[in-house]
Amino acid sequence: MADTGLTQARRVAGAPTRRAAYEARIRRRSNLIAAASTAAVMLAVVVLVPLAPGWEAVQRSFFNGRVFVETFPGLLEAFLLDVAIFAWCAPSIALVGLVIALCRDVRAPALFPLRAFGAVFTDIFRGLPVILVIYLIGFGVPGLGLPRPWNSPYLWGSLALILVYSAYVAEVIRSGIDSIHQSQRSAAASLGLSEADTMRYVVLPQALRNVVPANMNLLIALQKDVALLSFIGPVEIFRQAGVYKSLMANFTPYVGAAVIFLAITIPATRYADYLMARQQRRRR
Amino acid sequence: MRRTMLALCATALPATGAWAAEHATCAEGKTLQEGVLTIATGNPAYYPWVIDDAPESGEGYEAAVAYAVAEEMGFGEDQVEWVRTSFDEAIQPGAKSFDVNMQQFSITPEREEMVDFSEPYYSSAMAVLTTGDIVEAQGLEPTVESMKDLRWGAMAGTTAMPILIDLIAPSSDPLLYGDNADVTAAMQAGQIDAALFDLPTALYLSAVTLENGTILGQFPADRSQSPDEFGLLMEEGNPLKECVDAAITALRESGRLAEIESEWLQEATGVPVIE
Amino acid sequence: MTAKLSLRGVRKSFGEAEVIRGVDLDVGKGEMVCLIGASGSGKSTLLRCINLLEPVDDGAIWLDGEDIAEPGRDPRPVRERIGIVFQSYNLFPHMTAEENVMLAPRRIRGKTKAALAPVVERLFTRFGLSDRMQHYPDQLSGGQQQRVAIIRALAMEPEIMLFDEITSALDPELVGEVLDVLRQLHAEGMTMILATHEMGFARELADKICFLDGGRILEQGPPSELFADPREERTRAFLSRVL
Repeated sequence: MADTGLTQARRVAGAPTRRAAYEARIRRRSNLIAAASTAAVMLAVVVLVPLAPGWEAVQRSFFNGRVFVETFPGLLEAFLLDVAIFAWCAPSIALVGLVIALCRDVRAPALFPLRAFGAVFTDIFRGLPVILVIYLIGFGVPGLGLPRPWNSPYLWGSLALILVYSAYVAEVIRSGIDSIHQSQRSAAASLGLSEADTMRYVVLPQALRNVVPANMNLLIALQKDVALLSFIGPVEIFRQAGVYKSLMANFTPYVGAAVIFLAITIPATRYADYLMARQQRRRR
Repeated sequence: MRRTMLALCATALPATGAWAAEHATCAEGKTLQEGVLTIATGNPAYYPWVIDDAPESGEGYEAAVAYAVAEEMGFGEDQVEWVRTSFDEAIQPGAKSFDVNMQQFSITPEREEMVDFSEPYYSSAMAVLTTGDIVEAQGLEPTVESMKDLRWGAMAGTTAMPILIDLIAPSSDPLLYGDNADVTAAMQAGQIDAALFDLPTALYLSAVTLENGTILGQFPADRSQSPDEFGLLMEEGNPLKECVDAAITALRESGRLAEIESEWLQEATGVPVIE
Repeated sequence: MTAKLSLRGVRKSFGEAEVIRGVDLDVGKGEMVCLIGASGSGKSTLLRCINLLEPVDDGAIWLDGEDIAEPGRDPRPVRERIGIVFQSYNLFPHMTAEENVMLAPRRIRGKTKAALAPVVERLFTRFGLSDRMQHYPDQLSGGQQQRVAIIRALAMEPEIMLFDEITSALDPELVGEVLDVLRQLHAEGMTMILATHEMGFARELADKICFLDGGRILEQGPPSELFADPREERTRAFLSRVL
C-alpha cells in the first residue's frame, strides 16, 4: 500500500505538481458548469420568449426591422448632437469641478467665503434632479429677456449639465485630495513649499490620478444625461427617437437609440472598470 | 334574451331607437365589455377637445363626438365608459384598456401599419402660433416666405414636425418639446419665434396660455395636399372598426358632425390664410 | 561661542496630551546630536517642532540668535534653512528621483532645470545614485529611496539637517548605506540632529547624546559619558534594554 502511494507521488513529481493538477481539474469543472448554465439560459430566452402569446406584437412594436432600418440613419445623425454637447460640456465640467474642489480645500480664513460657496454649490447641485436644473436654467434664465444668441437652449441647457456634473466631479476630486496622505503635505512643507505649490505639484497630480476611474463613471453618466437637454428643445437622439415613435406608432426607434448608446457606453464602462482594477492592483 | 331586450328598447324609444338597435348588432361581441363602449382620452384632456378635463359631461368637441358615435353604435350615455391613456400606452403592444382612443390622433400611413384608425372625425387646419411682440419686432406677415427664417418649435409627439418641414421648410432646425406648456415657455424665453399646432389648440394657447399670444395665420385643411385628419385609434385588426366607421360616416352625412363642430370649435374665420 | 541652535523651555501638546514638556538643548555648528529614548518619548515631535512643521506652544527656538518659534512667523524661510528627512521617506511617488530633488529649488529659488542639473547630478553621484536619477520611487529600494530623500533635503542647501529615525523602516542590510551618508555629511561639517535607535552609530559619531523620557531631556552628555556611566536610573534601564 505504502509502496503504491510513493510511486504515485514520484510519477506526479516530474510533470505538473499535484496542486497544479488539482487546480486544472477544478477549473475544467467550473468552466463546464458555466458553459452549461449559460447555454441553458440562452436557450430559455431564445426558445421560450418567442413562445409567449404576445411575442409577435412585441416584436412588431419594438424589434421591427423595417422601422429600424428606416430610422437608424436619422438617429445616428441626431446622436451627433449628443456627442457635440458632450464634447463641449466635459472639459468645462472638469475645469469647474476642479475649481470647486479647490474652493472647498482652502484653509485661509480670509477665503472662507470661497469655502462656503464650494459647500453650498455642491449641496445644491447634487441635491437637485438634473432635469429640474435643466428646466429652471434652460427656460428660466433666458426668460429674463436675454437677446439672441445668448438665450439659446443649447447654451443654458449645457450650463445646467455643467453645474450639476461639476458638483459631482468636485466631490470626487475632493475625495481624491483627501486620500493623499498627510505625510506628502508634510514632506512638501518641510522643503519650504507654499500651500499653493504643495497642492499644485504634490497633492493634485496624485489625487487626480487616483480619481480617474471614478470620473470615468461620471463621464458615462453624463453621456446618457445629455439626452435630458431634449426637454428644452434640442432634437437629439432621444427626442428624435420619440418623434419617430410618434410618427410611426412604433417603439423600435427607442431600441435603435439604445443600441447607439450602448455602443458608446459599454466600451467606456469596460475601460473604466479596467482602470479601476489596474488601480486596485497598484495599491496592493 | 338580449335581442328581445334591445327590441323592447327599440319599441320604447321612438325615432333613433330603432335605428340604434340595428347598429347595435354591429358592435355586439366586439367590445371589451359587453354592452359598454370604453373610450380613452388623454390625461389630462385639453380644451377645446374636452372641457374641464371631464369627458363624462359630453362637453367639448371630442367628448361630444364620442357620445354621438356611441349613440350611433347603440350605446346609451350610461353605456359609455371613459379611461385615460398616454399616446405611448395607446400604441404599446399587448391587451388594450380601451375600445377606441380619441385624443387628436392624426391619421398617417406609417401609423396605420401598427394600429387602426377610424374614418376621420375632424380635418384640422394647421396654424402658426406666435406673440404680438414677435410679429411687431420682425414685421411678420402671413406668408411662407416671411416665416422661413423664424426659429420654429413644435410638439414632439405630433405630426406637426413633418408638416412644418413640408409646408414651410424653415432655414434652421426646429426645436421640439414634450408638451404645450414647454412650447409656450420656450416662446416666452425668446428661444423660438413661432410654433405650429392644429388650429383649435393654437387658438386655445393664444387666448389662454401664451402671454400676448396671437395666430399669425392658418393653412386650411382643404387646401393642403395631405391634411391633418384626426381619427379614433383602435388596436390593429379590431373588428369594431367597421361599426365606428359606419357611425362616423352617418354622423357626417346627417350633418351632425358639422353641428358639433360649430358648437365646440371656435370660428376661425378671423384667422388669415397663409399665402 | 554661541550655539547654532538653542531650544529653551519648548513645550508642545496635542489636545490634552503634553508631548514635549520644556526642552532645553544647544547644538553647536557642525555638531551631531542624537536623540534617543523609547517610542513616544517625544523625539519625532521635537524634530518636527524645530523645523516648524508643528507650531510650538511655548518656549523659544533660537537659530543664529533669532527666535524662530515666535508665534505668527512665516515658517517657510526657516524650513528652507532646516531640512528634515522622515522615517517613511515621503518621496513624491509621481515624480522621478531627479524631479523630487529639483521641485523645491525650482519653485522656491526660481532656478531653471538647466542651472540645477549639474548640482543635482553631483549630489546623486556623491551618494552613489547617479544611475537612479530617472527612476520613480517605487522602482527604488528602501535604502535608495531614503538616500534620495536626503538628497532632496540637501538640494535646498540647509544649514541644519534633522533625521527622524531614517533607518527604522529599512531592511537590516540596507541600513549601512544610509548611515554611510550620515557619516559623510558629518565629516563635511553639517550640523545634524538625529532621532535614532542605532546606538552603535550614535556612540561612534555623536558629539552629544540626549536621552528623552516623557517629553523631557532627562540626561545629556557626550556618548563616552552617557553610554558608559548614565546618572539616571531610567537612562540605565533604557540602555540595558537596547544595547
